[in-house]
Amino acid sequence: MNRQSRFIISVLAFGYAFLYIPLVLVIVYSFNDSSIATVWGGFSTRWYGELLRNDQILDAALLSLRIALTSATMATVLGTMAGLALARFRRFRGRTLFSGMITSPMVMPEVITGLSLLLLFVTLQQLTGWPGQRGFGTITIAHTTFSMAYVAIIVQSRLMAMDESLEEAAMDLGGHPLRVIFDITLPLIAPAMIAGWLLAFTLSLDDLVIASFVSGPGSSTLPMYIFSKVKLGVSPDINALATLIILFISIGVLLSWLVARRRV
Amino acid sequence: MKDFIRIRGLSKKFGNFLAVDNVDLDIERGELFSILGGSGCGKTTLLRMLAGFELPTSGTIEIDGVDVTNQPPYERHVNMMFQSYAVFPHMTVEKNIGYGLRKERMPRPEIAKRVDEMLELVQLQELRSRKPDQLSGGQRQRVALARALIKQPKVLLLDEPLAALDKKLRERTQFELMNIQDELGITFVVVTHDQEEAMTLSSRIAVMDRGQFRQIGTPKEIYEFPSNRFVAEFIGTINTFRGHVAAKEEDSISVDSSEAGVTLTALGKQLVEEGQEIEIAIRPEKIFISKEKPDDGDAVCLPGVVDDLGYRGNRSLYRIRLESGKIVQVSSQNRRRSVTRFLEWDDRVWISWRPRSAVVLLD
Repeated sequence: MNRQSRFIISVLAFGYAFLYIPLVLVIVYSFNDSSIATVWGGFSTRWYGELLRNDQILDAALLSLRIALTSATMATVLGTMAGLALARFRRFRGRTLFSGMITSPMVMPEVITGLSLLLLFVTLQQLTGWPGQRGFGTITIAHTTFSMAYVAIIVQSRLMAMDESLEEAAMDLGGHPLRVIFDITLPLIAPAMIAGWLLAFTLSLDDLVIASFVSGPGSSTLPMYIFSKVKLGVSPDINALATLIILFISIGVLLSWLVARRRV
Repeated sequence: MKDFIRIRGLSKKFGNFLAVDNVDLDIERGELFSILGGSGCGKTTLLRMLAGFELPTSGTIEIDGVDVTNQPPYERHVNMMFQSYAVFPHMTVEKNIGYGLRKERMPRPEIAKRVDEMLELVQLQELRSRKPDQLSGGQRQRVALARALIKQPKVLLLDEPLAALDKKLRERTQFELMNIQDELGITFVVVTHDQEEAMTLSSRIAVMDRGQFRQIGTPKEIYEFPSNRFVAEFIGTINTFRGHVAAKEEDSISVDSSEAGVTLTALGKQLVEEGQEIEIAIRPEKIFISKEKPDDGDAVCLPGVVDDLGYRGNRSLYRIRLESGKIVQVSSQNRRRSVTRFLEWDDRVWISWRPRSAVVLLD
């Protein structure tokens, strides 16, 4: 092994260490017997047991999952439609405005998005009586608004790279434009839609700031719950929870990788 | 006989750019018609209007007596083979070929039968269940062809059908296309920038430039009797001599050309007047080259020096410098097998041609 490759390998090792040592520490400490999260007191799985008995955590996790599933699905439907409009209809009135409006949630500070959505929901409630109470519905809508931007961008870039004559060929062979979308366009952008869905799902699961603004009493998402607990000091059952989330996400990433590989 | 495709006053504007400029065209049933031109000449736009992907700014298109000008592509009995082939990547060869019939809601057994026929026609029976990414470029081209032919269209449009193939395959495919066209009797309209391809394939060619046709005719007419300078220079190589009409006779004219250094004669009744500036054009292979002045009273003979020469196997190319400094290209067949050169650089030679080989160009 020559000098250069040794250098490259050590840089690589350092990079991976920087990224993954914190995660490994969380996993290791989740098996810590001590009730002080930062002091090692021997191996134990008792915090996993504690976790399962903690209804608050389970409720929060369930709420987060429901929100993530719903908002990711809605974002994928709306984002795909927006991406199609941007990539396939070159000229229409207000196109520039539309394209700017689609991408703006990505650059807008989350605090602003959260605040403005809260104001919207409060005003709506005063005017129409809906939403009667903030929680699952409002958080789902909020998450859909910002994550559909990501789906739209992913779908649009996939469509840009796709040969437009594929759709023209289908039309030429007698496919009505609407049929062509289902026959040709959607199957070919499916990988992008899956990637967009996964991203929207992760973004929703991860979001703390916007959810804090638009949630109401008694409806805490998992990140909100974790954050509020950590304010009182890191407790070991949070480590166990984090480990489970890491496991869950790793399996998800692996699955999506397998799906993507088979598609190509 | 009534024309099968009738295009009248067809124009297409993109913003301020006039891609197709008031074009008239008639194509007969069963023809293999080529539209030939450089990039940006409007040939693809014209084809896309025939397919229905672009709506004309003005003008009409009639196919088999039906005005299709405003018909969408999925209602026209016209199919297209795309330059990129546009084979659906998520469908097998069979599914690709059968797509058009499935959209017609034809019964399944019927579709299967027709797909089989098409697979046989393009010789892809063994590859029927492959996906396009497991096919070579030539095989994808056949899938695209079969897919476009299965609906038995009135007209098949082909956009640069052979451009993506390598040279050997291109030559073979050319003849296959011609055979298939002959067998099925479907009218083919081919768009190409490749003049050799157009010459080999077509029954007639339209040469297009800046949105207009410069000449429409059989390959022979286009090559041997180009009607203007653009066509003469676009198809093959040609030498031109600028000059003034010195005398006009019953069926020939004499032209004084300082470039040639002599008076040139050209045959044929020409719509020219004395003193008019015209060009005499002559193809390189129509010129003879010899070391002695040829003993032929009618021939046009010019002395010159070999400026450059190139050996191409079947023929040799010469660049002859005349006394005026004008370079003339000459191409001659290498009929004899020999390792020594017939001519060397700076040899003094005579070039000559028969007056009726020359073409008079007015613009």
